[in-house]
Amino acid sequence: MALKILVAAKRVEDPESKIKVKPDGSGIVTDGVNYKLNPFDEIAVEEALRLKEKHGGEVVVASIGGEKSVTEIRAALAMGADRAILVKHDGPLDPVVVSAVFQKLFELEKPDLVLLGKQSIDDDQNQVGQYLAERLGLGQGTFASKTESLESEAEQKKQPGLVLSADGKSLEVVREVDGGVETLALQLPAVVTTDLRLNKPRFASLPGIMKAKKKEVKELAASSLGVDLAPKVVVKKLSEPPKRQGGVKVADVNELFEKLHNEAKVL
Amino acid sequence: MANVLIVAEQAQGALKKATFHALGAGREVAKRTGGKLYVALLGAGVTKAAEELASYGVEVRVADAPALEHYLAEGYAPVVAGLVKEVGASYVGAAATAFGKDLLPRVAAKLEAAMATEVLGFAGDGGAVTFRRPMWAGNVVAEVELGTPVKVFTVRATEFQPAQKEGPGSVVPVAVSVDLASLKTRFVSFKEVKSERPELTEARAVVAGGRGTKGDFKEVEALADELGAAVGASRAAVDAGWVPNDWQVGQTGKVVAPDLYVAAGISGAIQHLAGMKGSKVIVAVNKDPEAPIFALADYGLVADLFKALPELRAKIKAAK
Ligand SMILES: Cc1cc2nc3c(=O)[nH]c(=O)nc-3n(C[C@H](O)[C@H](O)[C@H](O)COP(=O)(O)OP(=O)(O)OC[C@H]3O[C@@H](n4cnc5c(N)ncnc54)[C@H](O)[C@@H]3O)c2cc1C
Ligand SMILES: Nc1ncnc2c1ncn2[C@@H]1O[C@H](COP(=O)(O)O)[C@@H](O)[C@H]1O
Repeated sequence: MALKILVAAKRVEDPESKIKVKPDGSGIVTDGVNYKLNPFDEIAVEEALRLKEKHGGEVVVASIGGEKSVTEIRAALAMGADRAILVKHDGPLDPVVVSAVFQKLFELEKPDLVLLGKQSIDDDQNQVGQYLAERLGLGQGTFASKTESLESEAEQKKQPGLVLSADGKSLEVVREVDGGVETLALQLPAVVTTDLRLNKPRFASLPGIMKAKKKEVKELAASSLGVDLAPKVVVKKLSEPPKRQGGVKVADVNELFEKLHNEAKVL
Repeated sequence: MANVLIVAEQAQGALKKATFHALGAGREVAKRTGGKLYVALLGAGVTKAAEELASYGVEVRVADAPALEHYLAEGYAPVVAGLVKEVGASYVGAAATAFGKDLLPRVAAKLEAAMATEVLGFAGDGGAVTFRRPMWAGNVVAEVELGTPVKVFTVRATEFQPAQKEGPGSVVPVAVSVDLASLKTRFVSFKEVKSERPELTEARAVVAGGRGTKGDFKEVEALADELGAAVGASRAAVDAGWVPNDWQVGQTGKVVAPDLYVAAGISGAIQHLAGMKGSKVIVAVNKDPEAPIFALADYGLVADLFKALPELRAKIKAAK
């Protein structure tokens, strides 16, 4: 019943960093910007580790990007993943290309489950998992969450939110959707993408960080996989959205009410 | 001439409001391409909904079958992809709801198409319409080209006016052969978050609470009810399990643009702002005068929300 899990790990700008567009609109200013593992992928790694802790198996991390992505791969290995694959590629990518590469990795690794984040916080596309499920002809469980809150006992006990059936052939996924919460059963292998409430990712321990240095990171050239690497989503130009003019303070509730009533006319 | 297909969304036969905004966007694309606008509607028992859509002056292709009762991406995607080919659509769109975001990338993959998520606007014409969309939590707006014959997109409903009724349309039934037993996905259950309040994304006013409520949303909800508003929340409040997931406003939650947005006990992280900075009037109530939300608020009140919200509610009530 052991599960082999392939987990996506993308290097992205730290969500705490200030993002500015270059004057010519060709990209963002990267000076002074920190990088980290995409927060949703961190949740995916955590979930994979919990599933492994419960059912046994192996957690394989995969990232597509430049040499620097090794840092984020090591972060996932330090959390406890077993080994990793870096598909080396410099230059722009899009969900069409990334999902095609993951299809190849799926064929190479034959995992029981692929876990990805629901979205990269740089391109905010929210597509790769869905593309991948279709390419592989598998079921998809996007926006995976869990019934219990992140403050619950189940979370404190580090229980996985994804529930493996007794026969080990299918996985129940609780999904955050509009107007409520949906549960799906997916036949394995399957593709699942993680939402924020699935779990609270662990911090890497010092021994974990030490061990990660010795774990295997296999490097593959993207060009060796036989997929079309030319992005189909072509970003022509970036700009900053118009700034909102705010910053007016009112002294008390009386003034607030008066302004909302007479000036803004929303009351 | 490039035709346009908009995928409608319904629940128990009732159309989602976001669908009409998507239809508005679809009409704009059809004007740019000079093509025809079609709508795809899938479900079980959706005849009435199909007729309602047709009254907007579009051709509705309706797949009505028991197997489509519960939405499953795996079951819906082949039907939509089939329709795209049948009507010769080069642009396929839907609202950027949980449904649209789950389904359309799968449809796109089936059609070997590239996709733009959460589109804010269009430019260009003919076969070369381009898309404006947010990146990096709305810090950046990108102009994007899709380099595939079929182009797929979801639209941010708040950025498009809903479609107006334009003469009679038509309803064309489509035969579907979805065999649920052959799918690798099975619907298990849906737990609805019931609410008497208006839908968050449609409400004229929203009162939202954050970590500053310390889990006590009573005053936030009471003010919302006095205003006939929806209730929203920051990620911190949702993560703590204080309020349903469905209430989260932000980069990874709902995007709202009401006439009035009241943020109470919310600091104003960029990921939260991404979901509400399009609101007409923003009010912030926060104890900390340095909270970043004040830089953006039209009216900032440095106060304890547990004191200020009931006072404001009393004033509103008295003025009625
Ligand atoms: C990948 C990613 C995605 C995210 N997506 C979202 C998203 O979609 N939506 C979202 O909201 N966040 C999102 N976040 C989280 C975001 O970065 C912030 O952590 C979050 O918005 C903070 O919530 P808050 O303002 O309620 O809490 P805090 O930042 O802790 O602020 C609480 C505020 O309450 C004030 N306060 C305390 N007591 C009172 C009182 N009695 N009266 C008045 N004011 C009081 C404090 O002064 C403080 O300003 C995301 C983060 C990441 C990394
Ligand atoms: N370059 C990449 N390397 C590894 N995983 C990726 C990459 N790009 C996207 N992903 C995965 O796909 C998810 C969704 O990405 P997106 O569709 O770009 O929003 C992310 O959360 C990652 O798990």
